[in-house]
Amino acid sequence: MVMATVTTGRKVRWGLVDILVLVFALVPVLWVVSLSFKTKDTLTDGSFIPQEWTWQNYADIFKTSEFLLALVNSIGIAIISTVIAVVLGTMAAYAVARLEFPGKQLLVGLSLLIAMFPQVSLVTPLFNIERNLGLFDTWPGLILPYITFALPLSIYTLSAFFREIPWELEKAAKMDGATPAQAFRKVIAPLAAPGVFTTAILVFIFCWNDFLFAISLTSTTASRTVPAALSFFTGSSQFEDPTGQVCAAAVVITIPIIVFVLFFQRRIVAGLTSGAVKG
Amino acid sequence: MTVQDSTPADTAGATVAKEATSHKKGKPALSEGKRAERRLGLWLCAPAFLVMIAVTGYPIVYSVWLSLQRYDLRFPAQQKFIGFDNYGAVLSNSYWWTAFGTTMFLTVVSVAIEFVLGMALALVMHRTLIGRGVVRTVALIPYGIVTVVAAFSWYYAWTPKTGYLANMLASDAAPLTDQWPSLFIIIGAEVWKTTPFMALLLMAGLALVPDDLLKAAAMDGATAWQRFTKVMLPVMKPAILVALLFRTLDAFRIFDNIFVLTNGAQDTGSVSMQTYNNLVKGLNLGIGSTMAVLIFITVAIIAFIFIKVFGTAAPGSDNGGKR
Repeated sequence: MVMATVTTGRKVRWGLVDILVLVFALVPVLWVVSLSFKTKDTLTDGSFIPQEWTWQNYADIFKTSEFLLALVNSIGIAIISTVIAVVLGTMAAYAVARLEFPGKQLLVGLSLLIAMFPQVSLVTPLFNIERNLGLFDTWPGLILPYITFALPLSIYTLSAFFREIPWELEKAAKMDGATPAQAFRKVIAPLAAPGVFTTAILVFIFCWNDFLFAISLTSTTASRTVPAALSFFTGSSQFEDPTGQVCAAAVVITIPIIVFVLFFQRRIVAGLTSGAVKG
Repeated sequence: MTVQDSTPADTAGATVAKEATSHKKGKPALSEGKRAERRLGLWLCAPAFLVMIAVTGYPIVYSVWLSLQRYDLRFPAQQKFIGFDNYGAVLSNSYWWTAFGTTMFLTVVSVAIEFVLGMALALVMHRTLIGRGVVRTVALIPYGIVTVVAAFSWYYAWTPKTGYLANMLASDAAPLTDQWPSLFIIIGAEVWKTTPFMALLLMAGLALVPDDLLKAAAMDGATAWQRFTKVMLPVMKPAILVALLFRTLDAFRIFDNIFVLTNGAQDTGSVSMQTYNNLVKGLNLGIGSTMAVLIFITVAIIAFIFIKVFGTAAPGSDNGGKR
């Protein structure tokens, strides 16, 4: 029965199910970690746990400019895109959640369209436009599409968070003589900070993850991000099997994701579920 | 910053006006405060709106224009308006239809599996008695991890000799060099990566199922399965449809996994792979844009079917009205 008290048997059963989920989620990640620590000689032994451990692969990738530059590109592009997308998204979401103005439906509709838009449809025209404007293979050339595709996510998530903020405080501020703009800055912004932070994490993950634009709109280390660089990785010398180094690089770019997930699990879950489903 | 612009009197007016309009809608008698609100709303949205239009709207129009041209970057002098010839060329090409069929197959199968697994995972995350935080944290890892990283993990797992999975097969098996094994590995990689996202969307729906309703059904003697199909699923229907819509559209643009796992060999390429290859290897902007337009139309049809036929409420369409 539903009402039955929690018995040990049920706990054990749920425990087993939990373990199943852990295995499902972790095995592929641990496999990459394992490969990244294997020595060249044991790389092809097929064993899940390295027989001999080494840091050599990590030492190698940090010696190549190919990886280091890509890492700088990834971090720089993702952070700049996140900041801009969240600032613009916050402004728009505040307006959508709080204000009455013409064109609101248009903005919401446009965001929805872009959220569903097949990104590959933009690759060919953007390639040519960016080539003509001199944006091809530059940071702004990637930042612009990232902002665009992060904006719907950011507007939806933020406006869902903003609807949870108590109206009365804003009204009270207005009663005390604050303009709508002041009410935004002094009252709502501090209350909204947790939602903004959550959105920033989601947007960062999105930009960090992108592969299609990264591989189509770049051609050199000037702007190639790590996911794109990984697929061109040939190892430090051209006769070397790059597996260990690809895995080491893969582990490095997975670290921020693991940190976010460990520390902000609650926020990420709240953020992903709030914007997506209502009523 | 705009303290001087408006006096306390007209902001108070704004509040009153807002209350008034919320009672009787559609009376366009605008007070000064109301106008200020409209102005602020427009100004706050303008930057986001302009960026989105500039980066998507213009390229879409441009790509429709390009799709009507003969435009090959290797022979730029031959650029010429040729009407719908590119569409004829793509639609009569067997490679396009193979890629289209592959994409459809991957989309349908992986979304179906994700739905089942995602529902199971959602139930676990929602109801587990122990370690709920741990389960939710760990389930987020596939969601957050870079797709290319995950794809490499599966690639090496199925590489003969190197991989722990490949070694379980016959010693000379190289599953990533055959069409069907490759397709199922691609599906596996896609399912692993996106099931948590599906599960989170479904979990939001699960949270809407009232506990009382489940208890009442149990009292009336409904089995666990009946409670699931007769009580939970109907309540969750809107969440399910939104989750399926988003995942279907997302699965249709599959690219990263295929790129790493097979690079489209043995007819495993998706329409996204075709478009990319056409751009990078063929440098044929006319044909590439034609494919882009065709993909866009297909996605629009899928979305239309979901929204009109299944009655998916487009998220955001109710826009604050319900609260």
